[in-house]
Amino acid sequence: MSKISGISRIPRIFKNGIVENNPLFVQALGMCPALAVTTSATNGLGMGVATTSVLVCSNIAISLVARFLPANVRIPCYIVIIATFVTMLEFMLEAYMPALNQALGIFIPLIVVNCIVMGRAEAFANKNGAFLSAFDGLAMGLGFTAALTVMGAVREILGTMSIFGITISETFPQTIAMILPPGAFITLAFLMALINYVRGRTA
Amino acid sequence: MELFAIAFSAIFVNNFLLARFLGICPFLGVSKKIETALGMGIAVAFVMTVASAITYIVNIYILETLGLGFMYNIMFILIISSFVQAIELLLKKVSPVLYEAMGVYLPLMATNCAILGVTVLNRDVGYNFMQSTIHGFAGGLGYLLAIVVFAGIRERIEHNNVLPHFKGFPIALLAASMMAIAFMGFSGWMI
Repeated sequence: MSKISGISRIPRIFKNGIVENNPLFVQALGMCPALAVTTSATNGLGMGVATTSVLVCSNIAISLVARFLPANVRIPCYIVIIATFVTMLEFMLEAYMPALNQALGIFIPLIVVNCIVMGRAEAFANKNGAFLSAFDGLAMGLGFTAALTVMGAVREILGTMSIFGITISETFPQTIAMILPPGAFITLAFLMALINYVRGRTA
Repeated sequence: MELFAIAFSAIFVNNFLLARFLGICPFLGVSKKIETALGMGIAVAFVMTVASAITYIVNIYILETLGLGFMYNIMFILIISSFVQAIELLLKKVSPVLYEAMGVYLPLMATNCAILGVTVLNRDVGYNFMQSTIHGFAGGLGYLLAIVVFAGIRERIEHNNVLPHFKGFPIALLAASMMAIAFMGFSGWMI
């Protein structure tokens, strides 16, 4: 595919990744990190950015090597490529953002088994060039980041009456359960139902 | 006693599904019927136990002794996926009946975060061989328990009159949140 016609596809790729096929709310992929780390908006944003960086790198690498991989061992090859980028990301976080690394815990190494990363490799990167694949990774990653940040914000506001660590109200009662495991399931359930409602309205 | 504490904590207090959120995708995907949930749960419990044991040996005797500890993530995921593939081939040859029952769930194991999660947790906490294996086995049992109970609930929801926008994932997630509240009751138990 020539670069010119590729550029014209970019707006569609972004719309698809962030709105129409939002990885979390519409495709229901990457649920584990979405439920586990969204105890605050900051953590959600951090996890989203971490996943996005792996997604962009792995999409580029896979789109470049896909044609050389034999079809029946391609999945293990993808896994090794993704795991390499995740290990690099882990070192970066350990060195420069130890607090975030501490908060996200084992969910950083677990990006390896995040269905979004593998899903985009299989659905997009192995059929398209590196240029478009990079943008697809970025779009999907931004969609995931937006979803995680919204979830984190909702849980943080209801659970601790603050957002991004800034207190909103001292007097309004806090619902601690929202930042505990049950709150994660409730938040995602209501956000998904809301999205279904809005999509039903517009469709 | 210490092993019992690890097992109890992995089954109830820190249940892999409802408290640690590991392996949610298959939890929602294959929990529409009790039989499939049972098959999936048993397969997960088995792979988690063996993966914990194998990754412990590889981590301590190969990676750590060679100073390659930082490669753990790449190594573990490769071990898990190749082990699952080997089991699949073996089952097909040795026990076709068991293969029929478990075969379809095995390929899903490689991308199940509960499996990689338990091996990474074992390494992070620094469990020894026995503790790692018990942790893997108990974690798998907890997974089995949660997914079977959840499938029972979902079978009943299926025939209920649910608000249209809540059909599918949202109502299942709400049911899961009720289960998570129930399991939170265990976290008050200190051993």
